[in-house]
Amino acid sequence: MRQRSRTRLVVLQVLVVSMMVTLLGRLLVVQVHEGGGYVKAAAANRTREILTPATRGLVLDSRGRALARNRTALTVSIDRAALVRASDEGRGLIGRLATILQRPARELWGRTRLCGAPDAPRRPACWNGSPAAAIPLAENADPAMALQIMERREAFPGVLTALAAVRVYPAPLGANAAHELGYLGSDLVGRSGLEQAYDVDLRGTGGVRTLAVDRRGAVTGTVTETRPRPGNHLVTTLDAAVQAAAERELSAAVQRARHVGDVNKGFRRFTADSGAVVVMDVHTGGIVAMASWPTYDPNVWVGGISTADYRAITSKANDFPNQSRAFQGQFAPGSTFKAISVPAAVDAGYSLDGSYPCPAGYPIGGTVKSNYESEAFGTISMRRALEVSCDTVFYKLAYETWLRQGGLHPPAGRTDPFTAMAQGFGLGRRTGVDLPGEASGRIADRAWKAARWTRTKAASCAKAATGYPEVARTDPARASFLRRLARENCADGWAYRGGDAANFAIGQGDTLVTPLQLARVYAAVANGGTLVTPHLGKAIVTPAGKLVRAIEPRAAGRVPTSAETLTWLRGALRSVTEHGTARAPFARAGFPIDQVPVAAKTGTAEVFGKQSTSWFASFAPADKPQYAVVLMVTQGGTGSGTAGPSVAGLYRTLFGVNGRSVDLVRADPPGGHPVTALPVVRGDGSVEAP
Amino acid sequence: MSLDVQAAVVRRESDRALRRLDWALLPAVLALCLLGGVLVTSAGRNGALHEGADPQALLKHHLANVAIGLVLATVASLFDHRLLRAYAPAVYLVSILALVAVLSPVGTTVNGSHSWIVLPAGFSLQPSELAKVALVVGLAMLLGEQRDGEDDPRHVDVVVALAVAGLPLGLVLLQPDLGTALVLAALVVGVVAVSGAPLRWLLGMLGGAALTAFVAVRVHLLAPYQLDRFTAFLDPRADPRGAGYNVRQSLIATGSGGWFGQGLFHGAQTQGGFVPEQRTDFIFTVAGEELGLAGAAAVVVLLGVVLWRAGRIAMAAGDLFGRLLATGILCWFAFQTFENVGMTLGIMPVTGVPLPFVSYGGSSMFANLLAVGLLQNVHRRRG
Repeated sequence: MRQRSRTRLVVLQVLVVSMMVTLLGRLLVVQVHEGGGYVKAAAANRTREILTPATRGLVLDSRGRALARNRTALTVSIDRAALVRASDEGRGLIGRLATILQRPARELWGRTRLCGAPDAPRRPACWNGSPAAAIPLAENADPAMALQIMERREAFPGVLTALAAVRVYPAPLGANAAHELGYLGSDLVGRSGLEQAYDVDLRGTGGVRTLAVDRRGAVTGTVTETRPRPGNHLVTTLDAAVQAAAERELSAAVQRARHVGDVNKGFRRFTADSGAVVVMDVHTGGIVAMASWPTYDPNVWVGGISTADYRAITSKANDFPNQSRAFQGQFAPGSTFKAISVPAAVDAGYSLDGSYPCPAGYPIGGTVKSNYESEAFGTISMRRALEVSCDTVFYKLAYETWLRQGGLHPPAGRTDPFTAMAQGFGLGRRTGVDLPGEASGRIADRAWKAARWTRTKAASCAKAATGYPEVARTDPARASFLRRLARENCADGWAYRGGDAANFAIGQGDTLVTPLQLARVYAAVANGGTLVTPHLGKAIVTPAGKLVRAIEPRAAGRVPTSAETLTWLRGALRSVTEHGTARAPFARAGFPIDQVPVAAKTGTAEVFGKQSTSWFASFAPADKPQYAVVLMVTQGGTGSGTAGPSVAGLYRTLFGVNGRSVDLVRADPPGGHPVTALPVVRGDGSVEAP
Repeated sequence: MSLDVQAAVVRRESDRALRRLDWALLPAVLALCLLGGVLVTSAGRNGALHEGADPQALLKHHLANVAIGLVLATVASLFDHRLLRAYAPAVYLVSILALVAVLSPVGTTVNGSHSWIVLPAGFSLQPSELAKVALVVGLAMLLGEQRDGEDDPRHVDVVVALAVAGLPLGLVLLQPDLGTALVLAALVVGVVAVSGAPLRWLLGMLGGAALTAFVAVRVHLLAPYQLDRFTAFLDPRADPRGAGYNVRQSLIATGSGGWFGQGLFHGAQTQGGFVPEQRTDFIFTVAGEELGLAGAAAVVVLLGVVLWRAGRIAMAAGDLFGRLLATGILCWFAFQTFENVGMTLGIMPVTGVPLPFVSYGGSSMFANLLAVGLLQNVHRRRG
C-alpha cells in the first residue's frame, strides 16, 4: 500500500481525535461552566405558577348591607398558552366554545387578544390581564354548557371549567348605585367607581401555587403554596334605603318633566334627557346617596361585558348611561348660585338689610336683561330677592360692582368679589371625592374668557367672515344671531363685559358646576362655613371584622365669608320654602316644614339651544342641618316644578315623614341623621347594622 | 457456495478467530450497548409507568437488539474475505432496493421522514442504516480491488465509486433524511481520501459539498423547517417553542447534570419527558443529566476507544480492501458520534442521527454491530 494512503489515514485519525476533544471540551462548558443557568432554566421548565385570586372584599352601605358582594359561579376560562400552541392559533377551538357558550365567536376571540396587540379589539373587549393567567370567557356559565366541555376534554385543550367567585351587585332595597360602585375589568381589577378607588383594599393578595408539571403540562404535584389573603371590606357612607329613594325620586322627576309642556318652547314637552341627585352629610361630606339618570345595571360588567351591552351604555342615542351626571356632568347652576352671590355682594359692600329695586328688566350695555317671565316686584329686601329669585336685583349688584372694579379694563390686582366667592366655595376645581373621573366644572371669570378667546379667535373670525350659510337655509334668524356672536367673539371675545358679570351672579353664562360641587356649597352654608371633602368611603374592615382604618372626613377649607352672613343666608333660604319659589313642592305635598324646616333655592338655568335645566338645591333641617340635597334634570323645566317635588320626597325618607307626621325612628337612616357608628362585621361573614 | 460449505468455513476458522480478536474494541462496544440499555430505560421509564406499560420493556427490547446484532457481528467477523467481496454487489443491490421500497407506499413516515419499512411482529426496518454497511463494503471493493501494491485508483475508478455512492445518497435525501445523507457523504469522502485518489478529487468533493449546500439554501431545495432546524443551533433562544425547542430542552437537561449528575432515574428533565426524541436521537442527554459530566464523558471516551481501535485496525490492515473497509466504518462512527453529541450540546445542527450503540433502535444497532464484526474481520486478517 502506498505511503499516500497511510498519510491520509493518519490525518483522518488526527481529525477524529480533535472532534472527540471538541466534544469533551464543550461538555465541560455546558455541564460545569454554564451549568448553573441550566439548572435554573430546568426549575422554570418543570414548574408552573398558578395565581389564585383572593376573594374580593365587600362594599357595604353604612348599615352593613352589601352593595357589592361575591357569588360562586361556574366559570369557563382558557389558558392562552393552549391557543399559542394550536396550529390555527386556536380559532377552531374558540369557534367550538362559542357554539356551546352561545356567544359570538368573534367576541370570544377578541377576549383572548392582549390589549394593545395589533389584532386586539378595543378595551374593554380585549384581555388586559397577565398573558400567563387564564382568561375567563364565561363567568356564570350554565352547568349544562360546562358539562359539554368537561365531557370532551380532548376537544377543548387548555379550557378550564371551575367554580370561582364572581362579583355581583345585588341592589339591596333596589339601590343600584351603578356609577358609584363602578365595575371590575375581566381581570377582576377595579376599573371605575369605588371598585377602582379602593381596589387595593378590596382586592387582597393573590395566592401562588407552584405546581410540578411534566412536558405535557400534566400536574405531578404541588411544590409550594402561599394561600391568598382575602380583600378587606369597604364600609361606605351610602345608605341603601336613601340611595334607592334617590334613584326613585330622580326617575320620578324625569318622568314628571316629560309630562309638562315647556311654556317657552311652544309647549313642547320637556326632553328631560339626564339628571342627577346628591344627598350629603353636611358635616362630614359623606355621600349618603348619589345617582345619575339614565343609569344601567352594573351587573352587565360581570364576566366581561358583551359588545352589545357596552355599546348600549356608552351610546349617544341612550344619552351615555355610563356617565355619572352627579360628579362627571357639568351644568350652569342657574339661580341656585345666588347662595354664593349673596356673600359676594356683602363683600362688595352691600347690606343684607338694604332695599333693592326689582324691576322687570335691567339695562346693561344697550340691551335689557329681564327677570324670569319678566316679573317685577318693586323695591324689596335682600331676603325677598332670594325668595322670589329676583334676577334684576343681582344684575344690579353685579353690574355696579363690575363698574367699580373698572369695567372692561380693571386696574391690576383687583379681585372680583363674585368670582372670588365662587372659588371660595370650591367651584372650578375637583372636590376630591373618592371616585375616579370627577369633573372640575369651571368659573367663567376674566382669565377664563381671555384664555378661551386666544384659543377660539381664529375659528370665530372665520365664521364671522363666512357666516352660517348651512344654518341660514333653514333658520335665517338663528344664522344671523350666530354670525353676530361670531363677529363679537372675533373682535373682543376676551372682554369680561358687564353682561358677563351680571350673568355670573345668577349662575348663567359659561360657569359650570357639577351637582356634587353644588351640594358641597349648600353643605358649607348649612354647617357654618366648612368646605367639606365629599367621600363615599368610611372605613376599611377585615373579613374578620377588625377595623383596618377609618376614612376620616377631611375639610377642604373654610368659605371666605362671615358666620353672620351664613346665619342670615340659612334663614333666607328657609323662607324660600316658606314663602318663596321653593314653597309649592312642599306645600302641595303637605310636607310638614314646620316640623322639618327646609332651606332651599330653586334654579331654572337657561342653556343656549336647549330647554332649561331644573335645579333644586337644599339642606335640612334648616335650624339644625344634617343633609344637603341637590337634584337636577337637564331640559327638565323649572326648579320648583320638576326637581322640587322629588327633593321633598327624599326628605320624607330622610326624616321619616308620613303624611304630616314625623317619626325619626322610622327615618332612613334612623334618627334623622347620618349613621356614625360602623356596622359589625362578624368572622363568619355576616354583617349587622350598627 | 452452498450453505453447508459456508458453515464449514465458519467452524474451521472460529478457534483461530478468537485468538485474533481485538480485545479492546469488544469491551468498549459492549459497555456502550449496556450503558445504552440503562439510559434508554431511564428515558422511557416514566412514560411507561404513566401508561401502565412495563417499564423494563424498552430495556428488554434493547438487549434483544444487541443480542441479534452480536450474532450478525460474529458472522461478519468470521466471513471469508474474498466471499465478502463476492457478495458486495448483492448487498449493495439489496440495500438500493430497500431504499426504493421505503420511498414507495411500502414505507412508513416517522417524524416527517419516509424512512421505515414496518415488518410483522412489531419489527421495523430502516433501510438507510443497512445502506451504510452496503456503501462501506461497496466502496472498499471498488477502490481497494485488484490494485494491491499497484497504482492509486484511476480517475475512472473514482468516477464509478462516486456514482455507486451517489445512488443511495440521493435516495436517502429523498426520504428526506438529511442526517444519514451527511453520514454517507462523510464516509465517501473518507474512503476516497484513504484510497489514495488524486488530491484534486478530494478538493473537488469538498468544493462540491460546499456548492451543494449553498445552492440548496439559495433555491429553497431544503424545506423551511429543515433550514430552521439547521440554523436553530446558532441561537436556540430565537424560537424556543419551535425549531429551537429541541436544542433548548436538550441543553437544559445536559446542563443541569453538573459534575456527577442527579442520579440515575432522578433527572427531572428526563423523567418529566421534556426532551423530545430522547431515547433515540437525544439519548446522550440522559447521560448528561442523570450521570453528569462523569457519565457523559465516559460515553464519549468509550466511543473514542471504538474510533481509536477502528483507526488502528485500518492502519494495520493486511490489504487496501480491509483498510478502506475500516476507514469507512471509522468515518461513519466518527461523524455520527460528533453530529449526535454535537447537536445535543448545541454546536451542531439538529439532524436526526442516533448515537452509535447507545440509542434505542434495531436497525441502527444491527448496522453498528455488523460494522464492528467487519472491523474484527479486517483485524483478523492483518498483515
